[in-house]
Amino acid sequence: MTVTKHELKRGKMSFFIWTGAIAFMLAVCVFLFPEMKGEMEEISDTFSSMGSFTEAFGMDKLSFGTLLGYYAIECGNVLGLGGAMFAALTAAGMLCKEEREKTAEFLLTHPLSRGRIVTEKLCGLLLQIVALNLIVCVITIGSMTAIGEEIPWKEMSLLHSAFFLLQVEMAGICFGISAFLRKGSIGIGLGMAGILYLTNIIANITESVEFLKNITPFGYCDGATIIADGKLDGGKIAIGMVFCIIGIGAAYIKYIQKDIQ
Amino acid sequence: MEKAIVTRDLTKRYGKARGITNLNLSVEKGECFGFIGPNGAGKSTTIRTLLGLIKKTSGEAKVFGWDIEKEKTAILQEVGYLPAEAVFYSGMKVKDVIKLSADLRKKDCSPEAAVLCERLQLDVTRKVEELSFGNRKKVAIVCALQSNPSLLILDEPTGGLDPLMQKEFFDIVGERNKKGTTVFLSSHILSEVQQNCGRAAIIREGEVIACDSVEALAKTNAKRISLCGSVDLTGLSGIKDLRTMGQNMSFLYNGEMNGLLKRLAEGNVQDLGIAEPNLEEIFMHYYEKGGEA
Repeated sequence: MTVTKHELKRGKMSFFIWTGAIAFMLAVCVFLFPEMKGEMEEISDTFSSMGSFTEAFGMDKLSFGTLLGYYAIECGNVLGLGGAMFAALTAAGMLCKEEREKTAEFLLTHPLSRGRIVTEKLCGLLLQIVALNLIVCVITIGSMTAIGEEIPWKEMSLLHSAFFLLQVEMAGICFGISAFLRKGSIGIGLGMAGILYLTNIIANITESVEFLKNITPFGYCDGATIIADGKLDGGKIAIGMVFCIIGIGAAYIKYIQKDIQ
Repeated sequence: MEKAIVTRDLTKRYGKARGITNLNLSVEKGECFGFIGPNGAGKSTTIRTLLGLIKKTSGEAKVFGWDIEKEKTAILQEVGYLPAEAVFYSGMKVKDVIKLSADLRKKDCSPEAAVLCERLQLDVTRKVEELSFGNRKKVAIVCALQSNPSLLILDEPTGGLDPLMQKEFFDIVGERNKKGTTVFLSSHILSEVQQNCGRAAIIREGEVIACDSVEALAKTNAKRISLCGSVDLTGLSGIKDLRTMGQNMSFLYNGEMNGLLKRLAEGNVQDLGIAEPNLEEIFMHYYEKGGEA
């Protein structure tokens, strides 16, 4: 697994920055909770009467006054968007960066099949996503314990599983795109994360385009719905995983045949 | 005996643009084979196709009997490739790049790498992005040679190396060749090919226009005549590349020899030299005459 190891080393800096930033922001949110708890009743009322804005962020279904409600919404924004951006950016650059940085000739003239390289790079990508989620979970749970709150294990695991799957789907799609690119992966990665996030917000606000929730992975990461239902939306996740598998399949098919410049 | 490299009508097109056309090559095991052509002739395209970096359009090619597409990994296990422009992962130290290359081959090459770094005077503690073009080339040489490959593919190998390093490099390559390593040397520097290779192919606009031993390629009826004095050459046919500087005169001659001797006898010649033209001069012929030497 030399290529996987090499990828992990190369991605180290970006990984620590993203993981650190997400974990730090989540921890800050959790630590702010006791202070805000008293004022939450009022805030909850305000937030739940802001019409479309309230619906867009799912604040009509959750109460800001409980740790779970507060965390589900904060988590949705910080880990949801942050994690998606990390996954999309890392995945979109994974295959094309070798050509962009002109290192493809070095890597591909060693005795490894293209399929093997794609597999090892994919492993590197997934390991980074798993590690990011584990670290974020540990820090969040640690922070909740530190402020003396009881940890809602079931809801927490549902929420974090949903965000993990969102990142995996995003990574799979962008990994596929990466095989077709030679440069410009940053714009595509950020663009994908942004567009899918906004798609979910639009679907939240406008009933006529609610079907869009089936397309965007943010559709199955709505904290309010997950907590209200007490389970994940298997149907939406299945659609998401199909997109993810198509992305990964496309990466293999394209990269194995690609002329390296 | 299995050949080291065989291509049959190997063709690569980039859309409508030419890459290489119906290329036929045959390189024996253990020989040092030169591949000569100017920039853009198709040398790198040939190498990149053989190494599987780009897909052939048609034809076939085998390295040590293995198909370049179906058995690419087996081929790469036996090939050490030195690219014309060596680029490595920024932020890595030289020793880490060399180790990465060995790890990708699943071999421990550290003793050989140490010897090569010593001979090439390469500082392994420096970061690759701090290196000059020549020093990056040395890193690439170590990466290509450290695993003792059976076939060395060298693409413009001496670019950036100073003359002493060029000599050291060719000494190393020569030693490997004596031990049985096949060398495929692609270059536009003819003296390099003439001094190091037994056979060579000349490529022009994607097609091989000549392939023979270096001596045979250099052998033509033409002679390089250099003289000092005054001779009237007007009307004498078969003179090419005439250069005069004061009393010194030099030209390629492939006309009738008696006619030339007669003119020389009539003139006032203080010094005369008649020599075989070098490969460079022959090479210019191939390009000037559209492939007919």
